[in-house]
Amino acid sequence: MIIAKKKPMEEIIEEVKDFDKILVFGCNECVTVCEAGGKKEVEVLASALRMYFMTHGGEKEIFEKTVERQCDHEYLEEIRKDIDNYDAIISLACGVGVQFTAEKYLTTHLIPGVNTVCLGANEDRGLWTERCQACGSCVLAKTGGICPVSRCAKRVLNGPCGGSTNGKCEISKDVDCAWQLIVDRLKALDKLDDYEKVAPVKDWSTDRAGGPRTVTREDVNI
Amino acid sequence: MRLKCPTSFRIVRVPCTGKVDAIHMLRAFEKGADGVFVVGCMEGDCHYNQGNFRARKRVEQVSEILEKVGVGGDRIKMFNLSSGEGPLFAEYSIEMDTKIRELGPSPIKKGKKVKNANAA
Repeated sequence: MIIAKKKPMEEIIEEVKDFDKILVFGCNECVTVCEAGGKKEVEVLASALRMYFMTHGGEKEIFEKTVERQCDHEYLEEIRKDIDNYDAIISLACGVGVQFTAEKYLTTHLIPGVNTVCLGANEDRGLWTERCQACGSCVLAKTGGICPVSRCAKRVLNGPCGGSTNGKCEISKDVDCAWQLIVDRLKALDKLDDYEKVAPVKDWSTDRAGGPRTVTREDVNI
Repeated sequence: MRLKCPTSFRIVRVPCTGKVDAIHMLRAFEKGADGVFVVGCMEGDCHYNQGNFRARKRVEQVSEILEKVGVGGDRIKMFNLSSGEGPLFAEYSIEMDTKIRELGPSPIKKGKKVKNANAA
């Protein structure tokens, strides 16, 4: 899922202080799971903003709404009837949701309430870690299910590099060396022979280098 | 036990402090409460294992938010005691009452008064 992190309250306050009617707009998907932008976070942020403006003057109206997904026309339509009531929207969705809402409601100011961090997994309570960089051409079949693109600091495809020490990466003692993990996993799978095969030069045109990406599926376009 | 307790607070009973969410505490302040204290079981004695630890974390979160919005993080506190410690409950409530009186009324109340005066 997409992992996001709440923006500091001060930053949000600074962005919205000039607006009078503000909607705090949540998303029920990824940001709910990583506890950054779901219904609960919407309630908490709206309450905090109300209290801030109550103690610092300025009569603001703060509204709350959470939709199933902000990256879908269908659900974004739910606020169309009320959109004129808001001067600004603080979107607690990932960057995709914020942009999609902005595209849909051209004349309403959109302020992101979270920083979108990565595609990751919920490794432990309160710990989310990156697992994918959406490079567009997956190599996991050859690397024992461990991604060298997202988990190796250098994105080395024939690793490890010389910076790998005792299973850790040279960038930090807390970061596992992806290639050590790959070797360990291939060993467990009894597929160490695969490690000997040199990976060819990767086609990075499917990554961000090729510009914004699009997926078109004629078969589902009905 | 005829224990003396301040009359200034209202008890909201919950099955476990783990049930108390950040928004419950924030709403109390938004509605004008001058302070909130959460009283949970002794740490390690939670029937649901982690309820009181969760509550403590949430109290810390709320305290941080209150500090940032200008209400004051000292207005909220978590206490732990066992169900047999009535005198300690009375002691904690007196401690909280005294502390809140020292801090004075919540700035939210002042803000609400200004808002109402402007409306009138």
